[in-house]
Amino acid sequence: MDAPHYNLGIVRSFIHWSILWGVVAILVGILISFQLVNPDLNFPPYLTYGRLRPLHTNAGIFGWAIGSFFALYLYMVQRLCRRPLWSDGLARFQLYLFNFTIIVAAVTLLLGFTQSKEYHELEWPVDLLVVVLWVVFSVNILMTIFKRKEQQMYVSLWFMAASLIGVAVLYLVNSAAVPVSLFKSYSAYAGTNDANVQWWYGHNAVAMVLTAPPLAVFYYFLPKSTGVPIFSHRLSIVAFWSLIFMYLWTGAHHLLWTPVPDWVQTLAMAFSIMLIAPSWGSVVNGYLSMNGQWHQMRENYLVKFLILGITFYGLQTLQGPLQAVRSFSAFIHYTEWVPGHVHMGALGWVSLVLFAAFYYLAPRIYNRELYSIPLANLHFWLVLIGQLIYSVSLWIAGVQQAGMWHAISPDGSLTYSFMESLVEMYPYYWARAFSGLIYLAGVAIFVYNLAMTARRGKPLMPAAA
Amino acid sequence: MSSPAWENKPVLFLLLATAAILVGTIVTMVLPFAWVNTEADRIEGVTPYNPLELAGRDVYIREGCNNCHTQTVRPLVAEVLRYGEYSRSGEFVHDRPHLWGSRRTGPDLARIGGKYPDAWHYQHMAVPTSIVPRSNMPAYAFLSDRGIDPEYTRRKMDVLRFPYEVEQIAGLRGKTEMDAIVAYMQKLGRDLPVQRTAQPVTPPAIAENPFRNDAAAVAEGGALYAQHCAGCHGASLEGGIGPALSPSGFDEDMLFEVIYGGLPEGGMPAYASLGSARVWKMVNFILAPRGI
Repeated sequence: MDAPHYNLGIVRSFIHWSILWGVVAILVGILISFQLVNPDLNFPPYLTYGRLRPLHTNAGIFGWAIGSFFALYLYMVQRLCRRPLWSDGLARFQLYLFNFTIIVAAVTLLLGFTQSKEYHELEWPVDLLVVVLWVVFSVNILMTIFKRKEQQMYVSLWFMAASLIGVAVLYLVNSAAVPVSLFKSYSAYAGTNDANVQWWYGHNAVAMVLTAPPLAVFYYFLPKSTGVPIFSHRLSIVAFWSLIFMYLWTGAHHLLWTPVPDWVQTLAMAFSIMLIAPSWGSVVNGYLSMNGQWHQMRENYLVKFLILGITFYGLQTLQGPLQAVRSFSAFIHYTEWVPGHVHMGALGWVSLVLFAAFYYLAPRIYNRELYSIPLANLHFWLVLIGQLIYSVSLWIAGVQQAGMWHAISPDGSLTYSFMESLVEMYPYYWARAFSGLIYLAGVAIFVYNLAMTARRGKPLMPAAA
Repeated sequence: MSSPAWENKPVLFLLLATAAILVGTIVTMVLPFAWVNTEADRIEGVTPYNPLELAGRDVYIREGCNNCHTQTVRPLVAEVLRYGEYSRSGEFVHDRPHLWGSRRTGPDLARIGGKYPDAWHYQHMAVPTSIVPRSNMPAYAFLSDRGIDPEYTRRKMDVLRFPYEVEQIAGLRGKTEMDAIVAYMQKLGRDLPVQRTAQPVTPPAIAENPFRNDAAAVAEGGALYAQHCAGCHGASLEGGIGPALSPSGFDEDMLFEVIYGGLPEGGMPAYASLGSARVWKMVNFILAPRGI
C-alpha cells in the first residue's frame, strides 16, 4: 500500500518558529521577573513592566503555544485523515503570515499600542491579521478533514475542529471596537459588560487554546508513544462534549465579588466545579491507557513528559475550580497565587505535552535518530524543577499576601499596610526569577538536542521514516 | 463497531459543537446585557471623562498600568477598609474598555481620586521611591516631556460621544502626558456620592492620648511616620509636598483628628485604617521634643 506523501517540511518549519517565540517568551518573562525585584531594570518608555508583560503573555500564548499547535495540527490532520494537506501553498502562506503577525504584535506592544484586555491586547489592525491567519489555518484543516481517506474521525480531530470554531467566535466577539486611528480603538462594550465579555473570552481562550489543542495532542501522541490505544473511546466522547459545553459558562469566575450580576457569578462558580468531571475524564483516560504499560515511565522518556503533563492538567483542573469558589476567591484573587496557578498550566501541562510531541516528531522531520536521550531526560528534570519552584513559591507567597491583606487587628483596623505586604513578597520574587533561569536552561538543552539531531543524529533508513 | 453519526460527518459535528459552545455563551455573556448598564444601574453624579482625563486614561492604557493595578473594590471588610466603598456597576458606564485588572502588584486605584494632592502624584509618578522607598513601580518621569495632541484628543472625545467645550480642547495645548495622567488619577472614584477614603467600621477606640511620655511608643511612631508620612512631610518633619510639622504648632487632640480623619480638602489622606493606637503613636512621635 502506498503511503500518502505527507508534508513534513511545513511541520518542521512551524516547530522551529514556535520554539523561537517560546524562547522569546521565557527571556521576556525572566526580565520582568527581575523588574519586580529591582525597578531600575525598567527602561522607559519601551521596556517597562507594563509593556513587557503583555509581550511575555502574547509570545507565550500566540507564538509558542499556537505556533506549536499549528505545527501539530498540520501533522495530525494528515495522519488522521490518511491524506496530504488540502493545500501546501496555503500552509506555506500561513507560516509567513504567522511570523509576520507575531513580529508586528511584538513591535506594536512595545510601542504601547494596546487594547488593554488581558490576552487580547493587540490593536485592531493586528487583530485583522490574526483573523486572516485563523481563517487560512481553519480552511486548510477543515478541507483536509472533509476530503479525508479515513472514514472515522479520531478524538483528536474533534478537539481540533472544536477549537477552530471556539477561537473564531471568542476572538471576533471580544475584538469588537471602534477605531480612532490606525493604532487606537475603543471597546464596543462599556464597563461591566466589557469586563464580562472580556472574561468570557479570557477564560475560554484557556479552553480553546490551552486545553482542547493540548488534549488533541495528548490523545494522539500518548498512544503513538506507548504503542497501545487509548483506554476508552466512550469516555473520550463524554469528556469531549461535556467539556466544550460547560467551559463557556465559567468566564465570570474571574469576576467574583465585582459588579457583574450575582447570578452570572453563581453560574460561573457552579459550572467551574462541574468542569472537574470532564477534565478528569481525560486525565483518567490517560492514566488507564497506561494499564500494563507503566514500566514505560522508566524506559520511554516520551511517556514521562506526557504522563507528567496530564498530571499537571489534572492538578490544574482541581485548583482552578477551587479558585472559582466565592469564599476562596475572596481570599486568593489578585494575589501571587494566580500566576503560580497559570504557570502550572503553561509550563507544566501545555509545554510538557508539546515537548513530548516535538521529540516524537524529531526523527520524522529530520530523518535522523534523536541525538541524545540522556539530554532529553536532563531537559525533563530541569523544566520540571523550574516549574515547581515557580508555582510552589508563588502559592506560598499568595497565601501570605492574602493573609496580610485581610488581617484585621482587634481594634478593627488593618494590621498591615499595602507596602508591608509587598516587601514580604521580595524573597518569593527572587525565587521566581531564579526558577525562570532553571526553566530556560532546560529549554536551552532541548534546543541544543534538536539542533544536534538535525546536524549529527544517526541517519534513519529511508523506509523507517 | 457502530459509532455515532457525527463521528463520520464533519459538518454535522461542527454544527453540534457550535451549538454546544453557544448555549453557555448566550446565557452568561449575551443575556447580562439586559441587566447591566441599564437605568437600574445608573448612579447620579457619574460623568464621562473630560478631554484631559481621557488623554490620561489613554496614557494609563498605553503604559499597561492595569497589569499591576486593579480598579474595582470588592465588598469585603478588609478591602473596604483599605480602599473605600466597594465598586458599583454604574460607576463604569463610561469605561471603554474597563480597566478592572486581575493582579494587585500595586494597590487598587478605584478610589485614588482626591486621596492625595496633585503634587504627590507628580512626584510619585516621576520617582516612586522618593515617596514609597521600597516600591517596585517603574519611574514614569518621561511623561513630563510628552505633549498632548488637542486635535487627536477631540477626535477621541467624538468617537466616545463624550461632551466637551471648545475651550477644554484648546486648553490641552501645553499640557503634558504627566498632567493628563494625574488628572485621570484624581478623577477615579470621585463621582460616587459616598465616603471615598477608607473609614473605620467603628469610631476611634481610643479617644485620649494613651502614650504620653512613653518612649517606646514614640519610637514605634517614628517607624510608622517614616512609612506613611515622610514622603510628604519630610524625614525630619521639615515638610515637602505637605507642610512642615513643627511640634509646637499642634495640639495633640487636633493632630490626632487630622491624621485619623484626614483633611479631604487639603489633600491629607485619612489614616483611620491603621487604628487609633497607631495614630496616637504617630502623634506622640511628631510632638516629641527633639534637639536639632
